[in-house]
Amino acid sequence: MSTARHSPAHSIAAHAILIAYTVIALFPVVVIVINAFKSRKAIFRAPLSLPDADSFSLIGFETVLKQGDFLLYFQNSLIVTIVSLFLVLLFGAMAAFALSEYRFRGNTLMGLYLALGIMIPIRLGTVAILQMMVASNLVNTRTALILVYTAQGLPLAVFILSEFMRQVSDDLKNAGRIDGLSEYRIFFRLVLPLVRPAMATVAVFTMIPIWNDLWFPLILAPAEETKTVTLGAQVFIGQFVTNWNAVLAALSLAILPVLILYLIFSRQLIRGITSGAVK
Amino acid sequence: MAAEQPKRPAIRWHIAVFLAPAVLVYTAVMILPLFNTLKLSLYTDVANSQVFIGLDNFRLLFGDPRWAGQFWNALGNNVWFFVIHMLVQNPIGILLAALLSNPRLRMRAFYRTAIFIPTILSFVIAGFAWKLILSPLWGVAPNLLDLVGLKSLFQPWLGKEAYALTTLALISVWQFVGIPMMLIYAALLSIPDELLEAAECDGVTGMAQFWKIKLPLVLPAIGIISILTFVGNFNAFDLIYSTQGALAGPDFSTDILGTFLYRTFFGFQLQLGDPNLGAAIATAMFAIILIGVSIYLFGIQRRLRRYQF
Amino acid sequence: MTFKHMKLALLAATMLAPASAALAQDVTLTIESWRNDDLTIWQEKLIPAFEAAHPGIKVKFTPSAPTEYNAVLNSKLEAGTAGDLITCRPFDASLSLYEKGQLAAIQDLENMKNFGDVATAAWSTDDGSATFCVPMASVIHGFIYNAEVFEELGLTPPKTNDEFFALLDKIKEDGTYVPMAMGAKDQWEAATMGYTNIGPNYWKGEEGRLALIKGEQKLTDEPWVEPFRQLARWKDYLGDGYEAQAYPDSQNLFTLGRAAIFPAGSWEISIFNEQADFEMGAFAPPVQNAGDECYISDHTDIGIGMNAKSANPEAARTFLNWVGSAEFATLYANSLPGFFSLSNETVEMEDPLAKEFVSWRESCKSTIRPAHQILSRGTPNLWNEMWNVSANVLRGAQTPEEGAATLQKGLASWYEPQQK
Repeated sequence: MSTARHSPAHSIAAHAILIAYTVIALFPVVVIVINAFKSRKAIFRAPLSLPDADSFSLIGFETVLKQGDFLLYFQNSLIVTIVSLFLVLLFGAMAAFALSEYRFRGNTLMGLYLALGIMIPIRLGTVAILQMMVASNLVNTRTALILVYTAQGLPLAVFILSEFMRQVSDDLKNAGRIDGLSEYRIFFRLVLPLVRPAMATVAVFTMIPIWNDLWFPLILAPAEETKTVTLGAQVFIGQFVTNWNAVLAALSLAILPVLILYLIFSRQLIRGITSGAVK
Repeated sequence: MAAEQPKRPAIRWHIAVFLAPAVLVYTAVMILPLFNTLKLSLYTDVANSQVFIGLDNFRLLFGDPRWAGQFWNALGNNVWFFVIHMLVQNPIGILLAALLSNPRLRMRAFYRTAIFIPTILSFVIAGFAWKLILSPLWGVAPNLLDLVGLKSLFQPWLGKEAYALTTLALISVWQFVGIPMMLIYAALLSIPDELLEAAECDGVTGMAQFWKIKLPLVLPAIGIISILTFVGNFNAFDLIYSTQGALAGPDFSTDILGTFLYRTFFGFQLQLGDPNLGAAIATAMFAIILIGVSIYLFGIQRRLRRYQF
Repeated sequence: MTFKHMKLALLAATMLAPASAALAQDVTLTIESWRNDDLTIWQEKLIPAFEAAHPGIKVKFTPSAPTEYNAVLNSKLEAGTAGDLITCRPFDASLSLYEKGQLAAIQDLENMKNFGDVATAAWSTDDGSATFCVPMASVIHGFIYNAEVFEELGLTPPKTNDEFFALLDKIKEDGTYVPMAMGAKDQWEAATMGYTNIGPNYWKGEEGRLALIKGEQKLTDEPWVEPFRQLARWKDYLGDGYEAQAYPDSQNLFTLGRAAIFPAGSWEISIFNEQADFEMGAFAPPVQNAGDECYISDHTDIGIGMNAKSANPEAARTFLNWVGSAEFATLYANSLPGFFSLSNETVEMEDPLAKEFVSWRESCKSTIRPAHQILSRGTPNLWNEMWNVSANVLRGAQTPEEGAATLQKGLASWYEPQQK
């Protein structure tokens, strides 16, 4: 495995394995996208060939774009995801700091309490959540989704971040205290920058389920103005289940924005995860 | 870490400030609604009002052979689903991470990015894409097998009781292998160079170095991945629901706790939802996950700690 | 706006109409539905027709996917965020909503007189005292075939069961086409388009269905097992890998011209008209012996009712009354050929396939699906079990006798008349 650093044969083997897995990872996505650009007959006749002059068709995209405002859906998803992510990271890091830094009565209990949420799907509380959102007039708002996703993301964030914060050296914090920094400054100035890699890990874990969630948008914010991309795509798939042109086009449209976003941020993401680890 | 706190100042408000936002949002939006749901498991609906019946729902769930049969079937399937994840996802994740962590490997940014792509897709997309690919009508899978001369191996996997669950577990692994890969990759990179150099001086290189030095050092990361996978698998629902439907066919062979719960709680087609019995299932799931996590926290993690620096 | 002001505004609006119609507060009604296939038809045909005749009422059609409809609707009803108008599944699912006080009684609507007892039975209380949904349509089962394939192979639509299998054998021998497009993956295909499609000829329609409800027949009796035996014979005539073939796969297999026969529900007609570029015909489920009385599954499938908590009950009732009118019946039946109006008014239809389906009502006796009334009230749910068992029989995972025994055991476990 890691012997690749010495021999060209091993290096070739490493590349072979990685290329093989990359093909497996990308194949379904590629199949969807290339077929989205083909006519119906061509999709079925030769699913693996690229669209050519004969089989090229945009009919699926036309059908889909007539039906909904994908740009708006995308914007909704983006706002909901980014705001929730921000709140999860901020609140989660604060709570994790309190739990890992201070010894106070009920510390362990509080830690367990906050970890309960990892073990039980929030989906089960749907009816009560919906009633609450109705009572506070938040149905069909992005705020409702943001609140739910923040609550959903917090347990895991606190769990992972407090593990990491325990490893931050006490000397540093104590030096800060001797310099007269307040506890808040110690947290924001000294500790937060040090746990950035952990924050990136949490960000990934939190972001993916939020972006991809179908359930709460369906229940809490199904209105046209607040629809998310995932819900939009699901509606199309449901609607054109027999019309594979439209289904494939809808899938492609749901894949592409995330893909572009991911390609833009992947460098930061990976640097985040591995920073502090780089020798 | 608490050495600096022996003098006990009157009230340390900052602790409350640090905890408040998370605790408030979490309690109001997650715990209270969930608590309401779990409470339902002790009640039943009589003429549109909730009547307290103690543990009768659990007696029904575990005592009535029909409900118990479905429950154990779902639990068994769930265990298998988890086993496949552990057996396939972790080794692949470790292998890929080990290959990628070689600093001299070219194009590693490309591989890293590409292999993580399935993870960012939604269940809707992943499930639907694989359903199309494995569809006997569309013929992508049989055609591909034909190319390598293995067409006879093709089976309508998603429609066969013997293969459907394993196939779905592999699809799930396909989607999520990026996460273990990344975490192990990060853990491998954080191994100090001096340690490896010392090992090389001692003549521990190559495979031996990996098994004896690197693997033990990334065990805590593997531990975290395993417990996250465990929790994720026992809460899983979306992938099976979107590919196999709420009846988790064929013949309930892909029914896991999540789909069983959904069917019971919300109802399906002519079957009316039974929130009370559904809540009982949810409580049982909660207990299972709690036991699993406790085993990890108090049994396994303690032991793994010893390897940390 | 207080009620008084509202009145004033309305008064002003009527006085200054039509120029100021837009000034008055429009009422917007929202329809909950699982028919997301019909979105465009509602948007482009039905709603404009209603709005043109009823200024001041706007209608929005907001469907969710069929599989999620029950869960979504129930959550919304519990929380009070459901739309004003609710598309009703037949029988017990809607009855329970009515009993919970979530659907309003609407039997006093003027146009309810347009519907007979059979039509309203699906959405009435057991004693018939209250009706809570306006019947919209029923669907008829049968077989749709590719007429060009039949011509090419010199085949004629079968009347009897023997002719049916002889025909399937011929198509299979020829080898160019898959004889029948149906899969076992989505389970309901096997139940609705298989078991309850061919079954009525064996259990004699309503006769058998009512006997089952009364406990006079059992699901393990010959008339209920034989259709499973027939279904089990189908597997030799389905496409490769039919075990994993989903419903859309079957549809595509047929509309791409690769399969000769599609065991169908009449709702396929509009989709097939759009996607198939060949002539199609239809035949009713074959009878056992020539000259036998024939029975068809003519299932009351879809109705529409009013959310009891609607903020606009008057407007909602206006809309429901319109759904009960002859105008709606004609519009709906022709926009969605294959959804047959349940109205007593004569509805002229243009689509030849739809006409063929509906013509069977003349020569055969109609019945509804056997599991829907009363028999799916308990757990295990008979209809859900029928899905699973039909798919099992089709895959050969259960024998017809085993399948029937499973169903009977489940039903008898909670349904008293079957426990004797």
